[in-house]
Amino acid sequence: MTSEIAVQAEGLVKEFGEVKALDGIDLTVNRGQVVGLLGPNGAGKTTTVRILSTLLQPTSGRATVAGFDVVKQPDEVRRAIGLTGQYAAVDEYLTGRENLRMFGDLYHLAPSYVKERSAELLDWFDLTDAADRPAKTYSGGMRRRLDLAASLVAQPSILFLDEPTTGLDPRSRLGLWGVIENLVAQGTTVLLTTQYLEEADQLAEDIVVIDHGRVIAHGTSEQLKDQIGGDRVEVTVVDPAAVGRAADALRSVSSGEPLVEELRVSAPVSGGSTILVDAIRALDLQGVEVTDLQLRRPTLDDVFMSLTGHAAEDEVAPAPKKGRRRGKRGGEAA
Amino acid sequence: MSTLTMNAPVPMRRPIYGWTIHDGLVVARRNLIQTVRVPELLFFSLVQPVIFVLLFAYVFGGAIPIPGDTASDAYRQYLMPGIFGQTVAFAAASSTVGLAEDMHKGLIDRFRALPMAPPAVLIGRTLADAVRQILVLLVLSITGYLVGWRIDNGLLNAIYAYALLLLFAYTVAWIGAWIGLYMPNPETANTAGLVWLFPMTFLSNAFVPLSSLPGVLQVIAAWNPISALVLACRELFGNPTGAGGDYWPLQHPQLYTIVSCVVLIAIFSTLSVRRYRRTTSR
Repeated sequence: MTSEIAVQAEGLVKEFGEVKALDGIDLTVNRGQVVGLLGPNGAGKTTTVRILSTLLQPTSGRATVAGFDVVKQPDEVRRAIGLTGQYAAVDEYLTGRENLRMFGDLYHLAPSYVKERSAELLDWFDLTDAADRPAKTYSGGMRRRLDLAASLVAQPSILFLDEPTTGLDPRSRLGLWGVIENLVAQGTTVLLTTQYLEEADQLAEDIVVIDHGRVIAHGTSEQLKDQIGGDRVEVTVVDPAAVGRAADALRSVSSGEPLVEELRVSAPVSGGSTILVDAIRALDLQGVEVTDLQLRRPTLDDVFMSLTGHAAEDEVAPAPKKGRRRGKRGGEAA
Repeated sequence: MSTLTMNAPVPMRRPIYGWTIHDGLVVARRNLIQTVRVPELLFFSLVQPVIFVLLFAYVFGGAIPIPGDTASDAYRQYLMPGIFGQTVAFAAASSTVGLAEDMHKGLIDRFRALPMAPPAVLIGRTLADAVRQILVLLVLSITGYLVGWRIDNGLLNAIYAYALLLLFAYTVAWIGAWIGLYMPNPETANTAGLVWLFPMTFLSNAFVPLSSLPGVLQVIAAWNPISALVLACRELFGNPTGAGGDYWPLQHPQLYTIVSCVVLIAIFSTLSVRRYRRTTSR
């Protein structure tokens, strides 16, 4: 392996008694890359991170982190990583500063460095004013920031973030995204798990979708979206009688067969946004009056739906639900 | 947003002693800070033994005769080492609850992902819980003094007795730690941490003379390390002993106390560290 690879997992299997939490996960994270592990609750995201961060031993398969085997060289792995779990795992009775000092001491860092570093982190995470208050007085967002700060004390080259924003309000979430983007800009390698498609889309260059302990898709956000077909032009007409003419108009600019759903007609297209201009001309030529015309990119939600048959935020459910979204998709497939 | 230093060399500490001790002390300091930050917890952990002293001294005291001592305050003299023994045994419960809480809050995951010595979290927990008993013993001793208990056999012997009590506290803290690592949540730990302590402390000579216990129970009580501890303390404090009976542990209470502590620490620290290496937060 080359030093360009920060995290590599091959065929990770983890069984808890009868339950197979991981069923052969392969994963590669290059240095400086942000990889998002996306999947619903119970898909195996946390188990994967726990194996990579040496908390759990795989039933079979192997993994290296920073070039060290997670089973045979756990201490070397632990020195190279920072881990922020699903909970804000800080001591709530200690102050923010005391927490950072404790974790710095446990990383075996020089006391003078721990002192300086704590001050730098508290400042950077905007916690200086609260630094000497017990962490239990902190808001949820502040605790998460302290939690993240604690995993950065030793300047790890690889950061594992297990659902870093679960349970945060939108503003705190945005703030944390900014922090993560900033760390990445400085070359930190990040493997993050999330069940928020928006989050994976925003932060990760490379997304690994897992479900039932298996990797079911892998690629950039764009690649995943392309997998279920590219953009679609969607037009909503005023007059139900005009639907046929609208379909004809779209057919002339589209790369596939238009789909009609009541007043809405959509069709797959290739090419950039100039396609909208062509669509307008074609519709005008047919004399179709429209209330809405848009070029719609598929969201990761669509990707997840088409890959797994259930929405990402759902608990793992064997049978797909007949939701509103599902109905729409069914129409398209017809 | 300014940039955060992420790729600078990180200066490391050189250990003065082994990392296990260093890390253990770091965690112990953290647990003791907790005690200071939640004084209510310490207060109520003191209230219970003080209430026990008052209950036994004034409510049950007159009903329990002490063999070989007919003085009117004999039971109070007899009682105090028993209360000491029982109280330090309850240090185990705080280890159980403390570890269950650390697991519940995800702190154990964080500790386990650090390049620290694996036994350190457990050493820090048990050490802090034993150290806290120093204060508890101080408050209890003062309470005892107020109800008429006296140290009657010299200061050195008394210090030896307190040392045995703290050794015992540290021992049961390891048992409590081991239980704590199996707890699904802090609520269960609150109960499970205590249930075994009541039979263990009452099936002994702590509150009643051994001779008052029926056959099998008497044998169990005689071999219960807490009986040897309490008897050793009674001898060292110069309090009435209530006669030991014909059992080896009670003929050599100090030796039996130390040996059983060492053996129990060896067993439960091994079991706990093994469990700790596999445990993850829930």
